[in-house]
Amino acid sequence: MDPIRIKGTDDTPTVILDKENGIFEISGRSLPEDVAAFFDPILEWLDEYSKSPLSKTIFNFKLEYFNTASSKLLLDVLLKLEDLHDDGHDVLVRWHFPDDDEDMEEAGEEYADIVEVPFEQVSYSVD
Amino acid sequence: MANLNGNQDSLEFVYNFYLKMKENKVNLAYEGEITHQITKAFTALTESNMANEEDYNSVQKKVFHVMVECLQNVSKHSERTENAKDGRGIFMVSKGEEEYNVTTANVINNEKIEELTEMLNNINSLDKIGLKQLYKQQIRDGRLSEKGGAGLGFIDIARKTGEKLVFNFLPINDIQSFFVLISTVSRKKDEE
Repeated sequence: MDPIRIKGTDDTPTVILDKENGIFEISGRSLPEDVAAFFDPILEWLDEYSKSPLSKTIFNFKLEYFNTASSKLLLDVLLKLEDLHDDGHDVLVRWHFPDDDEDMEEAGEEYADIVEVPFEQVSYSVD
Repeated sequence: MANLNGNQDSLEFVYNFYLKMKENKVNLAYEGEITHQITKAFTALTESNMANEEDYNSVQKKVFHVMVECLQNVSKHSERTENAKDGRGIFMVSKGEEEYNVTTANVINNEKIEELTEMLNNINSLDKIGLKQLYKQQIRDGRLSEKGGAGLGFIDIARKTGEKLVFNFLPINDIQSFFVLISTVSRKKDEE
């Protein structure tokens, strides 16, 4: 299936959904003007992907900032991954956060509480 | 020839406006339509201003968060005049010794006051754990509105700032009121 590659801007995240190379990533900043229009193709892609996924899907979130409207859509993405996991597929969510950003760390913890999917918190240092 | 004295009233207005801004330590004030471009411009401006200052990274991030949510609230919920796509209102950022204040004010229909008051009072009555629960409940059960709101903005502001939301409704007439919301971000490092 065709990959999605969206280059990030100052208000939209970088998105890479590439089944062939096994890369699944949302990173950067997310406060799009029309949050549903931005995330809809991503959710549709995941629906399609779920029909014949890789044996293991590792999905990386590495966000610097997202607004509350995006937080709802990020949950929708995670719920797709939960469905995939429920269907017996191997799924791992990696939530990357800057080691000095407690709010981003906590956001990851909260998502991990809400969705039933293997979830790993990964801190990284920012210089 | 142009009137070199200017209009005395408008000169006084400008000077008084300047004094009032200084007195209240306002470093950004705007009245008008809150478009996405405005939101981006103001947050970028404040970000670069803060980057030159001594504020903690976490404080800068909180101010950024609060600004975006406040601007989007006005953009989505302010009562529209005629065919305006985005709502309009007042947006102000002031910086004191101890804190940043982000103020928004916009016109709303009186019928919304009760619901809004209930929502804000409920948020103000909750502690950190209560707010976390409310956030989780709303993100799970809430639906994205047609305007693209998730119903999480006020909760997020309260959580990020750890402060009560200060709000008031000033009556304009029988139909509408002026809704003022002040969010405070402490410039001190996180106190648990």
